[in-house]
Amino acid sequence: MPNFAEMNGFQYLELAAWIISALFGLWMLVDMIRTNAAYSEDVLLSSREGEIEDELIVDPAHRG
Amino acid sequence: MTQAQATASHGEKVSLLRVLGPGHVWALGVGIVLVGEYMGWNFAVGKGGAVAALIACWFAGLLYTCVAMIDSEVTSTVAAAGGQYAQAKHIVGPLLAFNVGLFLVMAYTMLEAANAITLGYLVQAVGGMAGFEGGHDKPFIVLTIMFLAWLNYRGVYATLTFNLVITAIAFIAILVLFMAVTAAKVVPLNHAGLIHGETLPYGWMGVLAAMHFGLWYYLGIEGTTQAAEEVRSPARALPLGTMTGIITLLIAATMTWYICVGLMPWEYLGQATTPLFDAARLTSSVPLMVLLFIGTMFATLASANGCINDASRAWFSMGRDHYLPEWFGAVHPKYRTPFRSIIFLVPVALMFALGAPLDQVITFSILSGLLEYTVMSFNMIMFRNKWPLDTIKRGYVHPMHPLPAIVLLVLCGVTYFAVFLGYGTQLMAMMVFYIVASAWFHFHRYQFVRRGAQFTMNWPRPRGY
Repeated sequence: MPNFAEMNGFQYLELAAWIISALFGLWMLVDMIRTNAAYSEDVLLSSREGEIEDELIVDPAHRG
Repeated sequence: MTQAQATASHGEKVSLLRVLGPGHVWALGVGIVLVGEYMGWNFAVGKGGAVAALIACWFAGLLYTCVAMIDSEVTSTVAAAGGQYAQAKHIVGPLLAFNVGLFLVMAYTMLEAANAITLGYLVQAVGGMAGFEGGHDKPFIVLTIMFLAWLNYRGVYATLTFNLVITAIAFIAILVLFMAVTAAKVVPLNHAGLIHGETLPYGWMGVLAAMHFGLWYYLGIEGTTQAAEEVRSPARALPLGTMTGIITLLIAATMTWYICVGLMPWEYLGQATTPLFDAARLTSSVPLMVLLFIGTMFATLASANGCINDASRAWFSMGRDHYLPEWFGAVHPKYRTPFRSIIFLVPVALMFALGAPLDQVITFSILSGLLEYTVMSFNMIMFRNKWPLDTIKRGYVHPMHPLPAIVLLVLCGVTYFAVFLGYGTQLMAMMVFYIVASAWFHFHRYQFVRRGAQFTMNWPRPRGY
């Protein structure tokens, strides 16, 4: 347990960095678990390569 | 049954979001690389002297111009997440594609780790300068990785818009320093005096050795291709973003060399940690020092950010094709990002950032990149042979084929030798790793691959098949 009274400014920054990092990590984990539970695997894995709405045409093609 | 499941049964699909423009593509490519101008390139000076570093800058520039041209042509046609992985899958075959996917993930994840280590070191150094001795870098290494992973998780548009802003500031910082020392002459440049007759102190072997770190000027520009499935107009945005990116880097690399070699003796420059910031300190101008420190921090942050984006797209694409467990091929229905891949790579990056020495991490990243470039040269020749220009539409057609592919292959060969001179053991270890991984894929994983669904482009049958 850190002794808050004896900590200097940089040590407070270090502590804040650990806490914020843990919050970011926790947020992502919780969101992933919720998303996995809320949607079926069929939906989550439904992305397919090559499903491109825009036609790959630049007219005329840029050469060089 | 939940609402989501009910709609899924009626064919609802989620895919990556097409929201990016050429500016985001530029920010992705230049953002990954620009940190190399702020630190790392100067070890080429230590290997062979100032002039050798300039020659390495030119030859590495040639290598990456070939990479950018080839990438622009192939990716404007194979517009799929995974970049070079998807290209190799369509043009060569599954085993090489699997290897290329691994090269990409390893190169970007290790580069991300190296950037996080550097950011931690910078914050710790600032703490030391402010009188806080004995500070730790680890909390800031972890914070960098967690914050950027969170940003990437939440959506690609915000992630790459953030990269666009901080990369532009980092580039402008170099430009301002260059103008300050050349036009405003805040401090005299002395190239001839500082090189003091030692044009090539280690001869031509030094020039060869300098190629290893010469790559650092441009390493990562090929990452623009990973945005292929998220740009609004792949055929326009990818070539435009990639080509303007390599032009930006050629200018930034040349300015960086000119400023630093004119202000610092090559013996010092060859082992400096933050050469551009050191150059700003030599001007004795506080605004320039602050600007270049901010530039250093932003360049490092932008690089790590782009690396998370690219590594997760490569991992996601391999999962989607069942080259890896399918679970990784998921897209977040709200944020439209490959969220499972992003989360999975966080502990991998943390492991390298907290447990491996910086030079080893960087070397493994360079080697993975080099293997990828070697494949690109073969890839390009096969692409033009199988699908000549009149058979499929391309967003960009690169000139002088097959010269760029041949030049790229030759320069890769030279750079392998340069890396072998300094890091032969790592080179061998890396090759063993990829051979073992290939054996795993061939004998075990390939049975799960969706063979029929691998070729997704609406192209005619290749010539000769």
